[in-house]
Amino acid sequence: MDSYSAPESTPSASSRPEDYFIGATPLQKRLESVRKQSSFILTPPRRKIPQCSQLQEDVDPQKVAFLLHKQWTLYSLTPLYKFSYSNLKEYSRLLNAFIVAEKQKGLAVEVGEDFNIKIVSKSQLPSENREGKVLWTGWFCCVFGDSLLETVSEDFTCLPLFLANGAESNTAIIGTWFQKTFDCYFSPLAINAFNLSWMAAMWTACKMDHYVATTEFLWSVPCSPQSLDISFAIHPEDAKALWDSVHKTPGEVTQEEVDLFMDCLYSHFHRHFKIHLSATRLVRVSTSVASAHTDGKIKILCHKYLIGVLAYLTELAIFQIE
Amino acid sequence: MSPQKRVKNVQAQNRTSQGSSSFQTTLSAWKVKQDPSNSKNISKHGQNNPVGDYEHADDQAEEDALQMAVGYFEKGPIKASQNKDKTLEKHLKTVENVAWKNGLASEEIDILLNIALSGKFGNAVNTRILKCMIPATVISEDSVVKAVSWLCVGKCSGSTKVLFYRWLVAMFDFIDRKEQINLLYGFFFASLQDDALCPYVCHLLYLLTKKENVKPFRVRKLLDLQAKMGMQPHLQALLSLYKFFAPALISVSLPVRKKIYFKNSENLWKTALLAVKQRNRGPSPEPLKLMLGPANVRPLKRKWNSLSVIPVLNSSSYTKECGKKEMSLSDCLNRSGSFPLEQLQSFPQLLQNIHCLELPSQMGSVLNNSLLLHYINCVRDEPVLLRFYYWLSQTLQEECIWYKVNNYEHGKEFTNFLDTIIRAECFLQEGFYSCEAFLYKSLPLWDGLCCRSQFLQLVSWIPFSSFSEVKPLLFDHLAQLFFTSTIYFKCSVLQSLKELLQNWLLWLSMDIHMKPVTNSPLETTLGGSMNSVSKLIHYVGWLSTTAMRLESNNTFLLHFILDFYEKVCDIYINYNLPLVVLFPPGIFYSALLSLDTSILNQLCFIMHRYRKNLTAAKKNELVQKTKSEFNFSSKTYQEFNHYLTSMVGCLWTSKPFGKGIYIDPEILEKTGVAEYKNSLNVVHHPSFLSYAVSFLLQGKKWSWYLDYLFSQGLQGLKLFIRSSVHHSSIPRAEGINCNNQY
Repeated sequence: MDSYSAPESTPSASSRPEDYFIGATPLQKRLESVRKQSSFILTPPRRKIPQCSQLQEDVDPQKVAFLLHKQWTLYSLTPLYKFSYSNLKEYSRLLNAFIVAEKQKGLAVEVGEDFNIKIVSKSQLPSENREGKVLWTGWFCCVFGDSLLETVSEDFTCLPLFLANGAESNTAIIGTWFQKTFDCYFSPLAINAFNLSWMAAMWTACKMDHYVATTEFLWSVPCSPQSLDISFAIHPEDAKALWDSVHKTPGEVTQEEVDLFMDCLYSHFHRHFKIHLSATRLVRVSTSVASAHTDGKIKILCHKYLIGVLAYLTELAIFQIE
Repeated sequence: MSPQKRVKNVQAQNRTSQGSSSFQTTLSAWKVKQDPSNSKNISKHGQNNPVGDYEHADDQAEEDALQMAVGYFEKGPIKASQNKDKTLEKHLKTVENVAWKNGLASEEIDILLNIALSGKFGNAVNTRILKCMIPATVISEDSVVKAVSWLCVGKCSGSTKVLFYRWLVAMFDFIDRKEQINLLYGFFFASLQDDALCPYVCHLLYLLTKKENVKPFRVRKLLDLQAKMGMQPHLQALLSLYKFFAPALISVSLPVRKKIYFKNSENLWKTALLAVKQRNRGPSPEPLKLMLGPANVRPLKRKWNSLSVIPVLNSSSYTKECGKKEMSLSDCLNRSGSFPLEQLQSFPQLLQNIHCLELPSQMGSVLNNSLLLHYINCVRDEPVLLRFYYWLSQTLQEECIWYKVNNYEHGKEFTNFLDTIIRAECFLQEGFYSCEAFLYKSLPLWDGLCCRSQFLQLVSWIPFSSFSEVKPLLFDHLAQLFFTSTIYFKCSVLQSLKELLQNWLLWLSMDIHMKPVTNSPLETTLGGSMNSVSKLIHYVGWLSTTAMRLESNNTFLLHFILDFYEKVCDIYINYNLPLVVLFPPGIFYSALLSLDTSILNQLCFIMHRYRKNLTAAKKNELVQKTKSEFNFSSKTYQEFNHYLTSMVGCLWTSKPFGKGIYIDPEILEKTGVAEYKNSLNVVHHPSFLSYAVSFLLQGKKWSWYLDYLFSQGLQGLKLFIRSSVHHSSIPRAEGINCNNQY
């Protein structure tokens, strides 16, 4: 196949490609960013290692405690139209009414100050404690989502990441209400093996005072009739030692380092079990910082790196809605 | 959606009336077909069809016949009558015809359902009646409740009962309300005992079950049944639904993911169901859609977003609810100023209220409404367009079936969705940015088979942009598929690229006349645009040349390639754009030496049009007398003249291998063909040979040969010879003077 080459064009034209998108509308800018994104198949090849940042220190540990040690299902969310932080009370009332209309009796909705939503069961029995049991929690989040914010006009509020804990039927009702009210769109956010490897590397790279969990990888082998799962657990300090041996650039993680890190694990495994893990699919990564499943489920364990984890998840969510 | 285009939409429609799009809408589409205020009564068949007088009379007769038939069934069989069977057959036929054509009104269904289950007639008749219980729009809940009451009387046979349950399952979505039916839950549940009914009752219960229906005694009963009958998929389905509602009640483990629980009950009515849905999908909000709206989210639904992909049209729900609860006076006044979407029926109404239209709460819903498509096409409100963009991008991504493994069962739905989008694009005569972005992401993963026709149509609606920017994202991926796929795929790709070229040309040709438009999305020079178009044409030229080689000069493929160049050769005259690009030699010579007459004829026509365009351009240059950046280089003229010389040399002057195609005489000697000089002229050219023979058989004079050819429909040849061959004693090619004066 000979390579394509355009002969000198017939009319002598004076414009260059970059002339095309000057003074573009927001829509044009969006398309531009999609084009850029599609041209590089890989996401940016280097990222910062999560640090315990200033921002992190300002966060009250009590306030974010409810985020930790729970399994969250991830969703990406397009910008909310005409959403206002000053109307949270009103939204709470409307959402409540909506849920009642959906015949889920005996539930109450609380929209917290930080725009997290709780569904609380109003227990009829007096013996139960007054508080009511939290049945469902969901929260919206955007950490360092600058690339998206750039192209969004003032009528929209960008909260690209939504995390839910509780029955999916509740997520469905609440999601539906948001979609109808703010013309946004929820999609489940799956994490592919590529991004799981990144998580594994970044979270292994985090400095920990003490480790609360082993570093564990789960691979899935697609074979019939039943799929085969291969679990590989490593002592977190060994994992860190391995990381330190492949890590070159201070403070940053690069694509080569991620690949090298995973390759080392693969070859180690192959030496012992004669199985090529690179031919299987990585489905779960757990570390002391957090654990993530390819289905889009995440559990954050370490308060210190919360912001870092959320920043990466926000990035993935933005990638999905771009 | 570019703001620049919006203003000119009306012209766009007129201009493109020659376009090949099958979805082309006429202005009459502005009139919304249905009036929602009386949509309850609309169920009389045929009313929502804007038909002519003649057809109307037909409908009237049909309706009378139907009324008679229904009356007949209501009275019951007349025992004494002699032609009983004949009359019965006639009336049955009437009912069946109307039902399958337009559906029956809910009152008619009510009556006939009663008859079918009451056992007045025989089993065969009951079956036929049940099979044609197809609603025009909806079925009333009362009819169903009445029908169920007949089941208790024991007048109908087992097979009728089975059919009834299958019907109920198939039509479930068209029943207007379901509260009463849900009250019969216990009755249905008891029917599970009947082995024949069990699968269908299970399916009905599956659709009907609410959380409050799940009771411990029912769970026990189901488990008993399961123990008795073994692991039946329908029982499992119901059990898993129960487990979903009340996990505490069911401790047995159920298979996690089972795709098909129920035999397809509705297959008897598959086409009818589609027709009813089509009828119900009218552009204005109608009761059925509202009922089916996202409000009643069903458990285990694949996507909890809504039942249909495209949201239901609703005015802003937030403002509405606020208004309902605590409406202050000022709120009330504000609201009275705005025009609710539900009342929007016609284009004039849209024009009158365009300043105060209440927008839908979910912008995606405009896709089904032609009036609102007009609206979003002409508003300059960025948020409106952005909302639509976000919704469409995400929905495409979510629905796209080749993104997810094992998602192919939803293929039909995705295809329909793409069709809706393409219809909207054709209606607006412009592509959506969301679709372009979607193509960037999905094309590299596309197998070239799935939704091929829709996908290629999306390609042809890519908004005009810089070719070199789009090429690596789109066309390079498309080329890979192009080269590795069948000839039919190649032809479809060429076809859609031809449409893409046409859409770009139309866009640009309007753009030039409306030049002083501020806020243009493409702040670009005409030269830049022409450059982009010319790159597209060269790219298709490259694809075509390679494809010809791969498919060993296939005639069928060549037709599609020449179709593309029929567009290309007329750009200057048809679109008034300063661009002439000739075809590559690989295409020209393949066509010239083709064995197919129609190919050669098409080539002649294209050459004729090239000539017209180039002479027109030349004339304009002479008139303007000034140097313009768009004067074609002498190279284009030379290239054309070169082709022309070859062609006339072959077809007319019998000097084929001199000026045009040069082949060393020595090589020609070696071929051993004695009369090679004549062998490609109009008489001996392989593609004309059959004409020459049949001409000779008619024994006419040679001087009439050309007239004979023309009379055989070779219009292209006629035009070519008339314009390009100078009739004199020494025939020669009539080239265009290529000495560029500038």
